[in-house]
Amino acid sequence: MLDDATVAFRLADARVYTAVEKAQLAVEQGEFVAIVGPTGCGKSTLLNIVAGLLRPASGSVHVFNRPLVGLNRDAGYLFQADALFPWKTALDNVAIGLEVQGVARAEALTRAQQWLTSVGLGAFANRYPHMLSGGQRKRVGLAQVLIRDPKILLMDEPFGPLDAQTRQIMGNLLLQLWTKDRKAVLFVTHDLEEAIALADRVVIMSAGPGSRIIGNWPVPLPRPRDIFEIRLEREFHALHKEIWSVLKDEVMKGYAQSSQAAEAG
Amino acid sequence: MGRSALLLCQLLVAVIFLGLWQFFATVPVFGRMWLPPFFFSNPVDVGSQIVAWFRSGVIWKHLVITLWESVLAFAIGSLAGVLVGFWFARQPRIAAIFDPYVKMVNALPRVVLAPIFTLWLGLGIWSKVALGVTLVFFIVFFNVYQGVKEVSPTVLANGRMLGMSEKQLMRHVFWPSALSWMFSSLHTSVGFAVVGAVVGEYLGSAAGLGYLIQQAEGVFDVAGVFAGMFVLSAFVILIDFGVILVERRLLVWRPDAGEGRGG
Repeated sequence: MLDDATVAFRLADARVYTAVEKAQLAVEQGEFVAIVGPTGCGKSTLLNIVAGLLRPASGSVHVFNRPLVGLNRDAGYLFQADALFPWKTALDNVAIGLEVQGVARAEALTRAQQWLTSVGLGAFANRYPHMLSGGQRKRVGLAQVLIRDPKILLMDEPFGPLDAQTRQIMGNLLLQLWTKDRKAVLFVTHDLEEAIALADRVVIMSAGPGSRIIGNWPVPLPRPRDIFEIRLEREFHALHKEIWSVLKDEVMKGYAQSSQAAEAG
Repeated sequence: MGRSALLLCQLLVAVIFLGLWQFFATVPVFGRMWLPPFFFSNPVDVGSQIVAWFRSGVIWKHLVITLWESVLAFAIGSLAGVLVGFWFARQPRIAAIFDPYVKMVNALPRVVLAPIFTLWLGLGIWSKVALGVTLVFFIVFFNVYQGVKEVSPTVLANGRMLGMSEKQLMRHVFWPSALSWMFSSLHTSVGFAVVGAVVGEYLGSAAGLGYLIQQAEGVFDVAGVFAGMFVLSAFVILIDFGVILVERRLLVWRPDAGEGRGG
């Protein structure tokens, strides 16, 4: 999907900051790819490029063999921060994805209710986002994205702000929904365990600036998986150890750079 | 503290305050009157003045006029504020061009405009409505402008990714955000609508609460002035109560509904 995409920003002092350099990444249909990297390496930037929210300074993005122009209409995007419309109820938040496409309101509401039920929030349809817990809000967000049936699912540390248990529950929910129709997924996270547990393939990015993709590991663990159980398996540990040995250096580099920057600034 | 205990304490404050006022205004202490009746009147006189107004029904006419002026000022000011705020927020160039003038007009104490409005629009209600509009407009305008500008970038990006067109973004993202800011300044803007009406009446009119107070003052009728003030306070509290009801209805989705962000 991504071909030599370089992302550069012109900073206020006219220096050019290259966030991501020449990233090449192809995601097959039905493949679940996780991108892992140290903080500030440009994982989210990469995702925003695939979404069409950002344009690469050079290189290009191809979606189903066609160059991406403007927003990626085939993609659904689950954001890290709260992205629900706070003035709409959970039900309306989910239904809006269909209403925007011109589906009649009554039908949109019926289908939204079904989606809420399938993410386990059937009884919370009339709550406003601020009345829901962080995990519940993510569930609504998931339903909001999936009701449009996008061919590609982009996820930017979607479970980042949640506590450990809720994250695992959300991970299982995601896998369960994904298994039904196997969309192509690009899942950004800083949590290597989460990445291995969920994905078919784990991609490692180096520390920024000028971050690159430095590793690519297929995850041969069988599906269906249970995130609680899979962490106990021997293969999981072997893979984790192998990837971590590469990732650790980058995490240290990223940390050193950000603390230097903090001292300089 | 329980609800009834709180109410009791609140009542007690009023009773003590009125009692002290009545006492020092009618009973000489150490050979002199601490609150001379000419300047301070006393609660009994003020009360009987209020009762007389309501009994003769003369107050209703003034109340209705002031209410009508406030409502008009609020409606016109809010509508203009929402429209212009929206327009400026979506057209940064226009906002930049008009920015110094908006600041200039807003910096002007609105009272000095009253004579001009009286000259242009006469002594009737419209000069008061105009004064109220100049107050309400800016509060609503700044709030709506801010509301549209400060839409969460994530929510906006989410709207885009869900496939919303510009028109749909307006309807589902910018509009509700702007309205929520407008409603959060509701207390302030409604209050200012009343201020505009009363100040306008005070400076020159033939009816309204401001006129009533001004008339009493003109003949050194201090009881009348205080009576007018009390009726005005009660009037504003009633309106504010109405605003709270409207707010509860409209801002159910907000976690901090009721905490206004006023100008």
